[in-house]
Parts: sequence; structure tokens; C-alpha cells
Amino acid sequence: MKKIFSYTDGLTKKTTHYCPGCTHGVIHRMVGEVIEELGLRETTVGVAPVGCSVLAYEYFNCDMFEASHGRAPAVATGAKRCRPNLTVFTYQGDGDLASIGMAEIVHAANRGEKFTTIFVNNAIYGMTGGQMAPTTMPNQRATTCPMGRDVEQVGHPIKVAELLSSLTTPAYVARVSSHTPEETVKAKAAIKQAFQYQKEGRCYTFVEVLSICPTNWGLSPRESNIWLEKEMMPYYPLGVLKRPEDFEGETDGGN
Amino acid sequence: MAKVLMKGNEAIGEAAIRAGCIHFFGYPITPQSEVPEYLSRRLPEVGGLYLQAESEVAASNMIYGAAGVGVRVLTTSSSPGVSLMAEGLSYIAACELPCVLVNIMRAGPGLGGILPAQGDYLQATKGTAHGDFNLIVLAPSSVQEAVDLMLVAFELAEKYRNPVILIGDGMIGQMMEPVEFPEVKVGKPLGPTDYALTGCKGRERRIVNSLYLDAQKLNDHNEKLKAKFELITENEQRWEYYNTEEPFDVLLTGFGMMARICKTAVDVLKGEGINIGLFRPITAKPFPYKPLRELIDRSKRVLCVEMNMGQMLLDVQFAAEGTVPIDFYGKAGGIIPSVEDVVEQLRAAIAKAGGSRSGK
Repeated sequence: MKKIFSYTDGLTKKTTHYCPGCTHGVIHRMVGEVIEELGLRETTVGVAPVGCSVLAYEYFNCDMFEASHGRAPAVATGAKRCRPNLTVFTYQGDGDLASIGMAEIVHAANRGEKFTTIFVNNAIYGMTGGQMAPTTMPNQRATTCPMGRDVEQVGHPIKVAELLSSLTTPAYVARVSSHTPEETVKAKAAIKQAFQYQKEGRCYTFVEVLSICPTNWGLSPRESNIWLEKEMMPYYPLGVLKRPEDFEGETDGGN
Repeated sequence: MAKVLMKGNEAIGEAAIRAGCIHFFGYPITPQSEVPEYLSRRLPEVGGLYLQAESEVAASNMIYGAAGVGVRVLTTSSSPGVSLMAEGLSYIAACELPCVLVNIMRAGPGLGGILPAQGDYLQATKGTAHGDFNLIVLAPSSVQEAVDLMLVAFELAEKYRNPVILIGDGMIGQMMEPVEFPEVKVGKPLGPTDYALTGCKGRERRIVNSLYLDAQKLNDHNEKLKAKFELITENEQRWEYYNTEEPFDVLLTGFGMMARICKTAVDVLKGEGINIGLFRPITAKPFPYKPLRELIDRSKRVLCVEMNMGQMLLDVQFAAEGTVPIDFYGKAGGIIPSVEDVVEQLRAAIAKAGGSRSGK
């Protein structure tokens, strides 16, 4: 019989703790497959965040750090700068990366640190129980904005991929989604591209993955996928926002 | 090796290199900025890494990352910056990783001032950050001793896989003194690094982590850290006795540069035939309680002098257990008690102690 699907060596066989319908597991799987396919498992150090994926160090089948809230890019900087031959990645949610860790992510990207960030944006704080995130959509309800996000009071959701793309330092910045099989295929390709650039020592690489949180959105997984497409995707458009080649073209005199 | 005249901050930077540390992450802050300035120039010369972080919070997490991949790493800062590094230090201590931090203390609290002070003694020795953990704290009283203790700092950090903090007041950082360096040990490999994240080729994967959701496991981890510090306390206490051979009524205590000023005060009174004993901890943590108590038991009264409002005083009181009266004299804000000030305080203490024994 032909084997058509199996465990990836990039992940451990431990059962994840994620809620039913959550796409963290899918995103873990994509990262794990990429690590395996590029033959990087034995040279990879991952950095887990604080948030729903705080236990990611139990799932990725490689050496792992657990960082403090928002500081994964600083930890990754220390690791990668001291051992440049390692493949280093951070796996962070929107509370971790876009709120408490905004300084660390912006400066790591601006220094052109040669590691990869997987940024899971589900527009809410998951682990702490559904509070407002910097990426929570206007009028979206959360436990700390029960009447919906009031942009007059707390501003608009932060588009991190666009923000990082505005930096002059060369980088690979992409936004993908995990809500349909088609989009996950594209998402995995972007993640693979990011790790490939890192393998080549090219630049900082950042992949934002739109994700659902049925538990804290108060929707079924199917309704959540629809909500992501209708509410999040128009505001957080998918695509590659920045490539290192764009800059190499410039230094070559334009192409 | 011949002596060179060097500013304290630069000498501390050079001492780290001589200790084999070629990785530095930090952030500028007065009065320690000459350390990162010096190392930004010097580390590339020895094939090392200098990186200016975006903040002290980031710097402390960068050294967490560096220590976690098994390299010798240093950061330096000054008081307000060390407060921001507290987060990283708690994680590094929790994960039992070696690193060295230098705090060139300035006057506080808050933004305070940029002049020398010793107001971070309690922060370093008692309450650096959240959770039960212990730093090893070294307190040099000269530029030469700062250099010597930098080597000790890395050795202890690696021996016990624990962060070590060297506390010097702004004077140590800013003044120039003749100093002799040990032989270069650049490239000296770190000891066993069976904890380090270096890629799992040919071995089980490793995790550097301080999250223990199981209460019993976390309790066990705390017990382990406690046992480690008990071992450190048993093995690593360092102190100096000065002018304690002859009998004395008044014992003088202080740490760091203040202790050095106190030594001169002791010499002044000795010139008048008055004997004063001096005790100086070199390890502010583990604090040498018993060696101090031995001197307290020979004295009628103790005077503790610090450049703060009474911090090491608590350790002196703890050692004395109420057996003798303890006077305190302290100045903060960047005011440095002079030799004359200390002599005056000693005369008052002697009077209260009811005369004095002669040193002769």
C-alpha cells in the first residue's frame, strides 16, 4: 500500500493542547514539514512565545527556547548572532509580537537579523481568555472590549507585515492565511521560502499567518473561517509585501 | 604583564575579553557607556561580537539567547537599565544559564542622577526580579579588583551555571587607575555545555525553558535552585579584614569604593593611636555573615557607611543579631562621604562605645 501521509519529522508526536478548530496545529505542521524538507531539523533552534503557543517547545522536534512575553526576537538575535550556522525561528502570536514585543520585532527586522518569524494573527488574546489584541478588528468584541473595539479609544488594528515592510533594511515579508486548504498550500510555500532565504543567509524573514480562534471568537470553526475571510482578509491583504531581490535590484542599478 | 593606566569601564571591558568572553549585548547609559564604547571597538579585533540592543529589556533577553546556545556572554548597564534587565535575569537564573552583568551604579531612585551611588545593593542581593532565585554578587573596591573579579565572575557563572552581577559604583567606572591584566584567554572554550542549544544533530533535542505548569515540578526546581545557592554560600564567600589584628572597640563596615575610603579613615585614626577594625564583603552575595560576626563579637559597636540610605546595613544587622549597637552613616544622590566625614562618625561611635583600645 502506498503511504500518502505520515508524521513529519519536524514535529514531535505529542498531542497538542490547542482547542478544536484552532489553526495553530496546522501552522505547526507547515513549519515542521518545511524544517524536514529543507533538512534543517538538526541545525534548528526555535523560540516559543508566551500565549497559546507557549508550549510550542513540546511540539517542534528540534532544540527549543521558551522566551518571555514578546522577547522571542531578542532571544533569537542572541542565539543567531552567536551561532550564525544555526537555523533560528521565532513562533509568536499577535499579543506577544504586536503588543508587548513590538520593540523587539521592529528592531530585529530593522537590524536584518537572519532568522525567521512565524507570526500567527488571530485578532485576539487566546491563552488569557479572549482579550483585545492590537490586531483585534474594529467593532470586534473581546472580553476587554465587550462593546466591540472602539477605534476612537484604542486606535485601529496594527498591520504588522506592512509596518515591517516600511523599513529600509532588506527582508522577506509575506502575509498568508490558514483558513482553506488552498491558502495553506500558499502559506506553506511562503514559510518554505522564508526558511530558504535564511538557509542562504539572505535576510530577515517574516511570515504573518492569519488564523482563527473559534473558542474566543464565539464561532464554530466553519463560521470562523468565513469571518476570517470576510472581516480580516480585506483589512489584512494576503501576499508577499517585500522580497530581498527587490533591494538587490536597486543596488545593481535597478532592474 | 606591565601595568597600564586605564579608566574603570574600559578596564572592565578588557577584563571580559581576557576572561575569554567575546560576546556582548548592551545599551548605552551613563555612567557605564565606556564599556560598550570600548567593546564596540575592541571585540571585532578579537573576532568577537558586539551588538547594541534597542533597550535593556532586549539586551537581557539577547544574553539569554546567547547563554542558551552555550557561549560566554556579558552585558553591562547602570541602575535604571538594570531594573529593565530584571526580566531577563530571572529567566536566565531560572534556566540555569551562565552570564555576567556589570552594574555601574548611579544615584536613584527613578531617573535619579548620573553621579556615583550604591543604591542598588538590595536590588542585586535580595530582590532583583520576580521569583525565588539568587545571583552571585561581587563588589570590587578598585579598578584592579574589578578586573580581577571579572575573571572570577565568569568562572563562578560557569561553575554554577548562574548569572553573576558585579556591582561597582560610578567611581569605579569613571576613574582611571593603574591596572594589570592577566594573560589573554581569547577563545578559551566554555566548560561542559550539555545544556546548550546547538542543533540536535546526533543527540536528543534540548529545551531551555522556565515554564513548569506542574506545581510539584516547579517546587522541585525551586528546591534545586535553593540547594545550589546553599552550595555557593558554602564555597564562595569572599571578604577582606583590614586592621583587625589588634583589639578594637569600633568595627567599621562598607563595600566597594566606600570601603576603600573607610580604609583611609582607619589609617588616619591609627596614626592617632586609635585602632578601628574594618570589614568589607567582596561577595555581597553570598554575604560573609560568619566572618563579619567574628569581628562583631570582638567589638563594642559597629559603624556601617554606605553611599545609600542603609542597604548593606540590613546584612550587618542580620549578622550582629542585636548583640551590639550599629550606627549608620550614608549619603546618596552622588555625594561621596569623605575620609573626614567617616573619621568624624568614627569618633562619635568611639565616644558612644566608651573610649577605645589602643592599637599599640
